[in-house]
Amino acid sequence: MLEILGFVEDIQKSLFLFLPEVFLVVSLILAILSDLFFKRLKFFNAYVALVGFFAAGISLFYIPKDQVGFLNSFVVDNFSIFIKLIILLTNVIIILMSFNSKELTHNKLSLGEFYTFLIGMTFGMFLVTGSLNLILIYLAVETMSISSYILAGYTKEIKRSSEASLKYVIFGAVSSGLMIYGISLLFGLTGSLNIVEINKILQTSPIPSLAFFISIILILMGFAYKISAVPFHFWTPDVYEGAPITITAYLSVASKVAGFAVLIRFVRSTLVAETSAQQEIWTLISSIDWTFVISILSFLSMTVGNIIALWQNNLKRLLAYSSIAHAGYILMGVAVMNQTGVASVLIYSFIYMIMNLGAFICAMLIANEINSEDINDIEGLGYRAPVLSAIFSIFLFSLIGLPPTAGFIAKFYVFSAVIDAGLIWLAVAGVVNSVISLYYYVKIMRNMFIRGIEVEKEPITFPALNLVVIFLLSIFTLVFGIYFSPIINWANFSANIFVK
Amino acid sequence: MGIGLTHYLVLSAILFGLGLFAIITRKNAVLVLIGVELVLNSANINFVAFSKFNKLNIDGHIAALFVIMLAAIEVAVALAIVLNIYQNYKHINVDEVDTLKE
Repeated sequence: MLEILGFVEDIQKSLFLFLPEVFLVVSLILAILSDLFFKRLKFFNAYVALVGFFAAGISLFYIPKDQVGFLNSFVVDNFSIFIKLIILLTNVIIILMSFNSKELTHNKLSLGEFYTFLIGMTFGMFLVTGSLNLILIYLAVETMSISSYILAGYTKEIKRSSEASLKYVIFGAVSSGLMIYGISLLFGLTGSLNIVEINKILQTSPIPSLAFFISIILILMGFAYKISAVPFHFWTPDVYEGAPITITAYLSVASKVAGFAVLIRFVRSTLVAETSAQQEIWTLISSIDWTFVISILSFLSMTVGNIIALWQNNLKRLLAYSSIAHAGYILMGVAVMNQTGVASVLIYSFIYMIMNLGAFICAMLIANEINSEDINDIEGLGYRAPVLSAIFSIFLFSLIGLPPTAGFIAKFYVFSAVIDAGLIWLAVAGVVNSVISLYYYVKIMRNMFIRGIEVEKEPITFPALNLVVIFLLSIFTLVFGIYFSPIINWANFSANIFVK
Repeated sequence: MGIGLTHYLVLSAILFGLGLFAIITRKNAVLVLIGVELVLNSANINFVAFSKFNKLNIDGHIAALFVIMLAAIEVAVALAIVLNIYQNYKHINVDEVDTLKE
């Protein structure tokens, strides 16, 4: 009886920690209901979603921090709040983007389901950032995956969109199957599903290291698939090219950031000895060098992503390979395995959100008007749409990482964290890769401004709402390149992962 | 000699290998999904066997229930997507669904 009272008390306490997720679930239910009653209003659910995200965002600042709830399976700390804010901002920008997306809006009476699944996916990503239980991690990853399979094939009458969702669902199902097999092995080795308890057991009792290695590698494969790190990236180019461009942008930012959040929390809570001080390099428990494993993943992602991107002619496919390369840069910060590394990951994620979403909105506006995603068709665009081309160039400069933009600050902090930790070879690889990436980003700018001047064409006008959004994003890209201390301070404040 | 933990682990490893084999070699999308089911069920056998033989707790049984539930959801969504592929391509051969260039 006492035990049950304890559970009830725990759940009552935990509900306060769960307030943002409660708002999301309420808006999810409202979205499903309003989809039944207001079928004629195309964008009604967008406003329901925006209200839900706004409420969740406000409540993030008022929930108690550094506490665990739901029988030690869910944690709220500054790290998860930072990630959740990035996810919410991405959602808001994607909703604003969807208002003017031709792919989505034409042929459809209502976009209700689109926004419903967007909320559902956000709920999954919120859970994934805070889960401490392997089953909850699996459940949350699946919640976000299943919504994203549907969203990738949302324009189901378009052939390539349905192909994208088929490839996504098959690769996703396989990788989640491998991950759950790894979880079952880890459960057998340690006898617990809570990653904090697993950590304690690993520190006290010896376990067979080969089986341990296999189980952790299988679990990391599930995460690497979510962040599209090489060699688990095969789905990325096809899905990113085939999915509606709003969803491509969403997958490349939100689901990737959520994947990094769960990867970092898993590594920090499971594989690191609790005694290690936060600022120093974390001490790994087992004899296996996980820093090396993650460094290799990072090196492969950067190199393969950048080199294959050199041959791409489709704007979405090019940005897909660029997002694989950026996953490699962010993984450098994970490989460092200390608080500076986590802070650099947070800085990079935030700036990556701004510049990547900006680039995708520009790509969408261009594709809407010229009905093509080929980068040879954007020749002369710099003279037909000078403002948009200039803003697009700012985002591209930031993605390269050139100094006056925020992308430089992001890369600077990641590289300096890696050099501090003594992984010089990884930093050198990162710099070389940034130089390689110059080629394909500049190729877009060359086509816009230098090629195709001879041909006189009509000037193009774009919807005002999205112009305002990309204008603001480009202002942030430039401002954070010069005045970056707020982000740095906020990331340093948030980098402290709560370990009970 | 009774049936011990090792027997269950070998069984699940064989199922896991067969599942992966089916995923890699089959061309029909439905058969690939059946391969995924084999992988998920091998994890289930692991969970339940570990829970039974190590006298641990009921965590393993609960985990198995969650995996069964999620497998059902995943298959529901995946079959809907395969149906959509059939409407667009008139076949469900994974290898021939390649309009997106490599």
